[in-house]
Amino acid sequence: MNASDTVSAAHTSPPRTYIHAVILGVFCLGFGLLLAITDRLTVEDIAARALDDRQNSLAQVIPDSVHDNNPVTDTIQMTDGHGKEITVYRARKAGKITGVAYEIHGNGYAGEIKLMMGVDSEGKLLGVRPLAHKETPGLGDKIEVKKGDWILRFTGLSLGNPVPERWKVKKDGGEFDQFAGATITPRGVVGAIRGGLEFFAANRAKLTEAN
Amino acid sequence: MADYKTIVKDGLWDNNGVLSMLLGMCPAMAMTTSATNGFGMGLATAVVMAASSLLVAVFRSRITQEVRIPVFILIVAAMVTLVDLAMNAWMHELYKVLGLFIPLIVSNCLPLARLEAFAAKQPPLPAFLDGLFMGAGFTIALTGIGAVREIIGNGTLFADASLLLGPAFKAIEMRILPADTGVLMMVLPPGGFLVTGLLVVVKRMIDLRAGKEIQMGGAHSVA
Repeated sequence: MNASDTVSAAHTSPPRTYIHAVILGVFCLGFGLLLAITDRLTVEDIAARALDDRQNSLAQVIPDSVHDNNPVTDTIQMTDGHGKEITVYRARKAGKITGVAYEIHGNGYAGEIKLMMGVDSEGKLLGVRPLAHKETPGLGDKIEVKKGDWILRFTGLSLGNPVPERWKVKKDGGEFDQFAGATITPRGVVGAIRGGLEFFAANRAKLTEAN
Repeated sequence: MADYKTIVKDGLWDNNGVLSMLLGMCPAMAMTTSATNGFGMGLATAVVMAASSLLVAVFRSRITQEVRIPVFILIVAAMVTLVDLAMNAWMHELYKVLGLFIPLIVSNCLPLARLEAFAAKQPPLPAFLDGLFMGAGFTIALTGIGAVREIIGNGTLFADASLLLGPAFKAIEMRILPADTGVLMMVLPPGGFLVTGLLVVVKRMIDLRAGKEIQMGGAHSVA
């Protein structure tokens, strides 16, 4: 390192300090340009991939047999009871709404658990899948379908089956198994699904109206 | 004057970023809950290190001493963003597994340390190789830490490797211990500290046995 050289150079020619600003500026400009070009080149592909991802997660909670449209692009915006925006994906057969899917959120052991859930026009669950979570590997992550079939148990259930008071984990006096060593994760998921069903019940007319 | 053999040996073992210099501890502990995760994080870091070392070496005569640190950070951050965008667009399956780790490379001090200690004073080719092999050494260390934590914590080795590397690698996914016998703590944060510390000890013991001098903190450590 030649720190001493630089120091003495600075003493002999003080006005040259502006050169550092110029160098830094040129590098910022150059790399900024490079990033802008890369962004331009990739923006369309990235948007297409994001749409594919959403399509895949929707396909898991809305079976192909119930729709002949593309639910990813058939959406409406709603607000839930807490004023939160919800994007609702609609499945139709011959123009009639046969089911809807939307994101729900539960409080897990390590932050929020995001799930996608599909409900048919009668309010029966078509399926639930986690989209993102930070639960403990080996304990709470059994909510993922590739690590256990716990989440599949909800398919076909509705707000009346079991009755609302039983929409809890067994530890809280409800119907659903918790995992060995993990109660908070299943409790959050069950609560989120119940909330999602209540949202459907409260907005049923608007959700199933085929405009 | 560049001694390529030393560059390779330094990067992979003698001056290993994690096990000798104790740099990049954050990703080394946070991202090594499995061997596959560690390997993926290491790979992404190696690409960024090789690219940014090359760029710094190319521009080294134009970068003044006073602004070198901001310029280095700029270059590392730009390379990370470039890799992030390109992978998201064109290697999306891989991105879904690794995407989480890539922005973390900016916060890793190992690339910056190598730019400052090596690339800023060397011609492009040795600098590129130093970045590449330091990255490879980083990958080896992270894969090792991940493997130990995964075996003890989860009973598996290279689980989900096929998600990262393609279906051909399904064969290396192994179950070492019976299911549900793992010591969960090892995949939780304390396990990261324990295993990283143990592997540093193991490396020093091997070096001692080979009669090598132990370089505390590494010969090329930054001020």
